[in-house]
Amino acid sequence: MLNGFWRYRYLLWNLVSRDFKLKYRRSVLGVVWSVLNPLLMCLVYWAVFSSLMDMRGSGIDNFPVFLMCGQLLFNFFNEATSASMSSVLSAAPLLKKVYIPKYIFPLEKCCFAMVNCVFSFVALLLVMIFTGAPFHLTILEALYPLVTLFFFSLGVGLFLAAATVFFRDIMHIWSVFTTALLYFSAIFYDPTQMTFSIGGFNMQQIIKLNPMYWYITGFRRTLMWGIPLDFNMFAVCGICAVLSMVVGVWMFRKTQDRFVLHI
Amino acid sequence: MEPIIKVDNVSMCFNLSTEKHESLKEYLLAMVQGRLQYDEFYALKNVSLDIMPGDFYGLVGLNGSGKSTLLKTIAGVYKPSKGKVTVNGTIAPLIELGAGFDMDLTARENIYLNGTVLGFSPKYLDEKFDEIVEFSELQNFLDVPLKNYSSGMVARIGFAIATITKPDILIADEVLSVGDFLFQQKCEKRMQELMAGGTTVILVSHSIEQIERMCSKVAWLSHGHLKMNGDTKTVCDAYKATQRGEA
Repeated sequence: MLNGFWRYRYLLWNLVSRDFKLKYRRSVLGVVWSVLNPLLMCLVYWAVFSSLMDMRGSGIDNFPVFLMCGQLLFNFFNEATSASMSSVLSAAPLLKKVYIPKYIFPLEKCCFAMVNCVFSFVALLLVMIFTGAPFHLTILEALYPLVTLFFFSLGVGLFLAAATVFFRDIMHIWSVFTTALLYFSAIFYDPTQMTFSIGGFNMQQIIKLNPMYWYITGFRRTLMWGIPLDFNMFAVCGICAVLSMVVGVWMFRKTQDRFVLHI
Repeated sequence: MEPIIKVDNVSMCFNLSTEKHESLKEYLLAMVQGRLQYDEFYALKNVSLDIMPGDFYGLVGLNGSGKSTLLKTIAGVYKPSKGKVTVNGTIAPLIELGAGFDMDLTARENIYLNGTVLGFSPKYLDEKFDEIVEFSELQNFLDVPLKNYSSGMVARIGFAIATITKPDILIADEVLSVGDFLFQQKCEKRMQELMAGGTTVILVSHSIEQIERMCSKVAWLSHGHLKMNGDTKTVCDAYKATQRGEA
């Protein structure tokens, strides 16, 4: 499998660059949008959550940066999984005519999402400079949640891509699911401020069941607050990524020979 | 001598479900009601074929006789339901010209994209770029998006990319019918050149005249069965005889 990957590494590169070119073709600002877009989005969220709905963000230092950290990781996950999901279907014309390792397509979508994520990261750094946020050396450790999230998303993406070939319903339900996930990922609130409970379960505990919470919190800790990752953080981020990859790869390999009959 | 392609008792079965279950609800409903049987359709049934290095193999048969399916199992697009295909060498598939072209990209960009689909490195494509452009004769349209191309122009580029390298096996599925007659001649010449260099070619064509002219051996498929297999003259004569008989 790795041997095949090495042969097709250029294809991966070309597919990512195709997506990139097509995304900005015929726009005047072009690649500037990659940085501008997250900045503007941040502005909207910041306006909504700190003035219109004046309830969250009050007790949080440097709310814009706090917000953008969450946004950055969540958008990556959302983009990577949604694009991976339909990647095999949209590659149908190709898959029907030449032999290509099929996992290339979900993998490519995740890589493309990562490229976008890097541009958003530039936007995040700009906001940090602009708001006078301190830079900590632990920023280097922020790479760990990012990389593990990549593999977590890839695993989910492989699973979704394979499942969508057989059941198109998944495309429709997944966007509902990610919207729900958005509100449970502690993006525009700090779960430690939450004291209420639902059905006997503390809200904080419920949110901790969401892997996204761990990735986002790990990222914030190292980037914003200068706290090194503790053992729990390392373990949860790593284990979620490994589990997701195992399930995703298993599902994909089991079904990939039948893809071409269904697309 | 070892055959370069060994098709060993291959069957390819498609589920012709009259209603394809494309939603989970339908699927579960059908499962509960026990309607999950499919009409099985064998596009290929127990086909065995050995192709030797250097052969110029022609495939003939009516529409729906399984020619393209056989090519796709050899190219690795389909995995056979039963049996095994062994291929010892690199394949340049020309199953449909321009597979993997993105119509929104320019010809220049597509040459690199399609080249990497076929497994070439960008460095290699850099070297061969001029040769590809020259062969396709589209120097003036290199930076035009492919959607503005005519189908013949797309075919030219596709053929040029797929044949720049010297593959061990070239699989061509009625590709030559797209271009004008000058380009067809050019393609034939290129295929003869590759042949002379030791490439094995498998050609599907409805032009029996073309098959007779170019191939050294012919296999005749009928309703998924291998009806006849041997030297060009014997098979083509038999094929033409039945066609006249049926007509």
